[in-house]
Amino acid sequence: MSFINYLSREINCKLVYYGPGLCGKTANLQYIYNKTNPGARGKMISLATETERTLFFDFLPLALGEIRGFKTRFHLYTVPGQVFYDASRKLILKGVDGVVFVADSQIARMEANLESMENLRTNLAEQGYSLDSIPFVIQYNKRDMPGVAPVEELRQMLNPNNVPDFDGVATTGVGVFDTLKAVAKLVLTELRKAGG
Amino acid sequence: MPEPQMVMFAEEFHQIQGIVDTLVKSSNASVVFIIDKNGQLIAAAGESDHIDTTSLASLTAGNIAATGGMAKLLREREFTTQFHEGENANIHIQLVDNRVILVVIFDKKTSLGLVRLRVKKACEQLGDIFRQLAEKAQGLGQTPFAEITDDDIDNLFND
Repeated sequence: MSFINYLSREINCKLVYYGPGLCGKTANLQYIYNKTNPGARGKMISLATETERTLFFDFLPLALGEIRGFKTRFHLYTVPGQVFYDASRKLILKGVDGVVFVADSQIARMEANLESMENLRTNLAEQGYSLDSIPFVIQYNKRDMPGVAPVEELRQMLNPNNVPDFDGVATTGVGVFDTLKAVAKLVLTELRKAGG
Repeated sequence: MPEPQMVMFAEEFHQIQGIVDTLVKSSNASVVFIIDKNGQLIAAAGESDHIDTTSLASLTAGNIAATGGMAKLLREREFTTQFHEGENANIHIQLVDNRVILVVIFDKKTSLGLVRLRVKKACEQLGDIFRQLAEKAQGLGQTPFAEITDDDIDNLFND
């Protein structure tokens, strides 16, 4: 849930990167962190295991600039992708304004993508949100890997509502900012609707 | 929407700032923060300059969310108080009215008993203000974002 501060003229929004284990959610945030002007971002926090798997969440605060005299700030979170961390995923979705689903393009991960998408739908519904109406974009990540499914096939499987979707190679940055911009735009558009 | 819109206005902010300023002095604490349950920093008092307040706010909210999850599993409504004791610094975390989180960081200059006592009083005052704010937010017809255009949004990304 966005937070509008009329005194400091700031608006804060929460974005969550969702997807199956090892799909590249943390890699998206890391790339954004590395490529953003230090003045526009805060520290990136990763609550990870010793083997660098996300345990609770990653967090990256970003300032995007001003809109009608209000500073826009986005707080980016990832969820832990591994199936057994479901309780933590539910918590991170609380108060979310927009969701990015990072899909793993490898054919071997198709089932994991579908399971994670279904899990996202269920967990959002538990918080009172619908995946069909919340600002939502999809990134087909790992396009550089061997054994990837064609984008059309992924789209058919994961994107029945035709939300904005992007090819991605998060480690080198392909599609990372396009994905972020798309979801941020949808969130701001939603704010306009809510305020009207 | 599942949660009401969180807003802050000058009048309420000054009241809240007054309470945290008083609390930091009366409890002899180093720093006092107020954070919303989604991890947004609302107000701070004391020696907060050398602390990464944004990170602290997000981690505290995560902590409260995790504790709330544990409470649910144990069929408790909420665990409203947490205390973490370090070698030099201690943190007292209090959920206020299930809306916001009051964080007090303190050292050996004071005691847990005094902090708890002062936090209790501040909680009552803060609860009233945040209830008022929630009512005011509900009655708020239009946000400043009602009139933004596609160009405004596009301009944000033109760099």
